[in-house]
Amino acid sequence: MGESVEIVVDGERVRVSEGMTLASALMDAGVIAFRVSVSGAPRAPICGMGSCFECRVTVNGRQHQRSCLIPCAEGMVVETGSGAGRGDAE
Amino acid sequence: MPSGQPDVLIVGAGVVGAACALALAREGARVLVIDADFVGGGSTAAAMGHLVVMDDSEPELQLTAYSRQLWSELSEELPQECEDERRGTLWVASAPEEMDAVREKRERYARHGIAAEVVDERTLAEMEPHLRRGLAGALHVPDDCVLYPPAAARYFADRARELGAEVREQCMAESVDGRTVRISERAGAEYLVSAGAVVNAAGIDSPRLTPGLQIIPRKGQLLITDRYPGLCGCQIVELGYLHSAHTLGGASVAFNVQPRATGQLLIGSSRELVGRDPEVNRELLGSMLERAIEFMPVLARCNATRAWTGFRPATPDALPLIGPWEGAEGVWIAAGHEGLGITMAPGTGALIADSIMGRTPAIDLAPFAPGRSMPAAAEPAGL
Amino acid sequence: MSGAARENGATAVIECDVAVVGGGPAGIAAAARAAESGAKVVMVDQGMRPGGQVWRHRDTSDLPRLARSWLDRLNRSGARCLPMATVTDATSDCVVSVAHRDGSATVRAGALVIATGARELFIPYPGWTLPFAMGIGGAQALLKGGMRVTGKRVIVAGSGPLILPVAAAMARAGARLTAVLEQAPAAALAGFARTLWRHPSKLADGARYRSAFARTPYRTGSWVVRAEGEGRVERVTLTDGRRSWSEECDLLCCSYGLVPNVDLALLLGCAVDEGRVVVDPSQRTSLPRIYAAGEPTGVAGELAALTEGEIAGLAAAGDARAADRSLARARQRWRAFAEQLALSFRPRRELRDLADRDTIICRCEDVPLSRLDPSWSVRQAKLYTRIGMGPCQAGVCGPACHFLYSWPQGRVRPPLGGPEVGRVQEAGFRVQGLQGNRKQETGNR
Repeated sequence: MGESVEIVVDGERVRVSEGMTLASALMDAGVIAFRVSVSGAPRAPICGMGSCFECRVTVNGRQHQRSCLIPCAEGMVVETGSGAGRGDAE
Repeated sequence: MPSGQPDVLIVGAGVVGAACALALAREGARVLVIDADFVGGGSTAAAMGHLVVMDDSEPELQLTAYSRQLWSELSEELPQECEDERRGTLWVASAPEEMDAVREKRERYARHGIAAEVVDERTLAEMEPHLRRGLAGALHVPDDCVLYPPAAARYFADRARELGAEVREQCMAESVDGRTVRISERAGAEYLVSAGAVVNAAGIDSPRLTPGLQIIPRKGQLLITDRYPGLCGCQIVELGYLHSAHTLGGASVAFNVQPRATGQLLIGSSRELVGRDPEVNRELLGSMLERAIEFMPVLARCNATRAWTGFRPATPDALPLIGPWEGAEGVWIAAGHEGLGITMAPGTGALIADSIMGRTPAIDLAPFAPGRSMPAAAEPAGL
Repeated sequence: MSGAARENGATAVIECDVAVVGGGPAGIAAAARAAESGAKVVMVDQGMRPGGQVWRHRDTSDLPRLARSWLDRLNRSGARCLPMATVTDATSDCVVSVAHRDGSATVRAGALVIATGARELFIPYPGWTLPFAMGIGGAQALLKGGMRVTGKRVIVAGSGPLILPVAAAMARAGARLTAVLEQAPAAALAGFARTLWRHPSKLADGARYRSAFARTPYRTGSWVVRAEGEGRVERVTLTDGRRSWSEECDLLCCSYGLVPNVDLALLLGCAVDEGRVVVDPSQRTSLPRIYAAGEPTGVAGELAALTEGEIAGLAAAGDARAADRSLARARQRWRAFAEQLALSFRPRRELRDLADRDTIICRCEDVPLSRLDPSWSVRQAKLYTRIGMGPCQAGVCGPACHFLYSWPQGRVRPPLGGPEVGRVQEAGFRVQGLQGNRKQETGNR
C-alpha cells in the first residue's frame, strides 16, 4: 500500500496509489463522464461492484472495461467518455 | 370475448401472421389475429432479422426477392424501433475454389434482377478489415438489409389495427375445426370463433392445429455483444452457410455475423433438431463462436452480453407452406419459413391475401402448396 | 472424487470437491468450513481480495476483528481463492466457467455453494443518471477503493442499515455531510431497533456510526425527490412528505437497501421464490449438490451470512456438523431478522411516483418511463423497448421494475458478467471435453 504508480487518463499523467480501484482513481482525477450513454448523456459509476456497468472505460485499448473491478497499475492507459451509440466510434 | 364474426381469423401474431393481418386488412377484410403470447414474441423475437435473397432453389429465390422488394417499399414508413438498415450481405468464400460458386451465385441473382458483385480478396479486406486475411473473396449483395424482428411484427400489427383489425394477445388457439377456432384466453375465458377463413400462421405450433403439416422446430442459437460501432459494416455469412456447414440431422454451425444499428454484433449461427428444449447448448455455442472467431478474430475480444435460443419452423424441402390447406375448406397455411420468416413475411402476407381474395398470386404458389409431397419431416433433406 | 487439483495449462480445468461462488462473508465461511472438513475447495470471487462488499478492504488493518479472524481462518483452511474472477456460466452438474482478465478456467466440483451476495435497489428519480448520483453501497465501495471525499458536500439517503455506516465513513473521510435521510418512518425504525435486543452488536454499531456524524441530523421519513445539475449532480431536492427543500451537493448517495443477487441460482435452475433462493435447513437449494448462503436466500447482513455460509460449507463437504444445533438456532434467528429488516425498511409508496415521463429507467439502453406499459410482461417490455437488454442485463432496472410494476426477474441466460466472446468459446470447448470424459467414466463403470 502507499506505493504510487502513474496512469494515463485521457492523455494526462496521473499519480495514484497502487492497488487503488481504477474507478476511484478516475473520480479523484476529476473524470465526470466515465462513459457516454446511448442517447449521449454522461454517466459515472453507481454500484462500485461490477453490476451496473456504468463505469465502463477503455483500458489499454480494450473497450467496455468495468473500472470498478480493475486495480490501478503502472503505465495503464485509460480513455473515458467514449460512447457506444450509433456511429460515434467511427 | 368475440365481437362479431371476422372475415379472416389469423392464428399467430409472429411476423408472418402480423404481415398476413396487415395485407388482409388492407383488402378491407375484418381481421382477427390471436396469439398465445404477444405480438412478435415467439420465433420472431429470437430471430436475427436479416432480410436476404436466398438462392438454394428457384422458388426460394423468387419469394425472397419478391418479399425483400416489399420490405424496401416499406422502409420509409418503418418506425425507428425497427432499426432497419441497408447493410448488404457479404457471402464470404474461404478458399479460391469457392470463387466459382460465388460467380454462379452472382449469375443466378442477375437472372432475377438482384444486384450483386463479386469482390476479390483485396477489396474484401478493405471492406471488412477485421475479417481474417487470406479469404478468397466474396459476393456482395448490397440491397440486403437488417432489422429488429419483434419491432417489425409489432409494426405490422399496429398498422393492421389502424385499418380495423383486432389483435388479441394471450389467446391460445386450442383447435381449428374447419372455419371454427376454439380459443382459450390466458385470463380463463374459452369460446369458439367462426370466420370466413382461417389462416394458420402459428409457426412451430402450427401442426398441432393442422395435423399433417410437415413442420418441425429446428433450434438455433445466437449471441449478442456489447456495442462496437464500426467493427463490421455488412452482414457477413460464410458461403458454405447451408451447403457444408449446416449438415443434416446432427447439430451444425456456420459463421454469420450481423452489425446491429445499435453497434452491437449479433453472432450466429447453429442448427440442431432437439425438440423444444430452450436451454443454450454450451458445447454448440462454443463451436459456433469458434467458427466466428476463425473468420473474424477480433470477435474474441468483444464482450458478450447474452446468448439465447429460438426455434425455426422447418420443413423437409426447405420451402414454406403457403396457400389453402387441402384437408379443410376455408383453412389457409402461412407457416414453415424456417430461418427466412422475417425476409418472407410481407411476401407471404401478399400471397395469402391474393389467394384468399381469389386473385392470381404475384408468384406461383404451387411449390409452396402446404400439402405437397415431401420427404418425411423427421428426416429433412436438401437443407 | 479424488480431491486432487489438476490444472492443465491450456485447458485450465480445476477439479475440486466444493466450489464456492462469491468471496463475501457467506462465501468465506462456506469455503473455510468446507476446507477444514477436508474438502478440496475453490472459491471464485470478483473482488481483488476476499471480503465481498461488506468486508472490502485494501489492508486487513482496516477491517473489524471479526472480519480479520474469518480471513485468517480462510487462509489457514487451505481453500484456494481465485480473485478477480467472474463466474460466467455454470451447469447443474457443478461445472463452473470462470473468466479473468487474462484467461479462463473451468472448475468441476462435487458441490457448489452460491454466495453471490446482493445488489442495491435503485429506485429511479429525476436526475438519478447524473454523474455523482450513486448508490450508498456504491459510494462505500468507491471510498474503500481510494476515492477522496474531503470537503465534498455529501448527501446519504434512501433506506436500510447501510445508511449509518456509510454516513459515518463519509464523515470520517472528511466529507461535509449535508443531509442523512431514511425514507422509513420513525415508528418503523423504532420497531426495528426493538428487535435488535437479540443482536446487541448491531445496536452498538449503530450508536458508534451515529456518533461519527453527530452534527448532521439523521432524518427519518424523508427522501430524495430529484437531483439536478449541469452534466453532474449539483443540487438535490429533499422532502419529508410535507415540505421540500434543496441542498447543494457534490456527491449524492441514494439507494433503497439490498436485493438478493440470484442470477446464478436462476441460471442453474434453482427454485427462487419472491426473489430469494429456496433452501432447506442445510442451505441446500432445490437442486442436489447445490447450496446457497447469505444474501441470495434473503438479505440479513454479514452475521447471518456467516452462519448460513458455515452450514452450507459443512453440508457441501458432507460434514454432519452442518446439522449443528447452535448453528441451526442462529440460522432461525437470522431468518426472522431478515423478515424484520425487509418489513422495517420497505420502500414507501410515494417512491413509485418519483420518476417522471422522461426519467430513464434502463440506464444501459436509455429507456425512459414513458415508453413502458405496466400491463406488459417483462419479456414484452424488453423486446419492445430494449429495457434490460444492455450489458447489466437488468441488474439495475430489474429490481427497479419489480418495485414499480411488480415485474418478476426476467429469464437469465448465459454468459453472466459480460465476458469476452473468446472466454465463452473456451468455456464451451471445455464443457465439451468434460462431457466427453464423463461419458467415458460412465462407460468404465
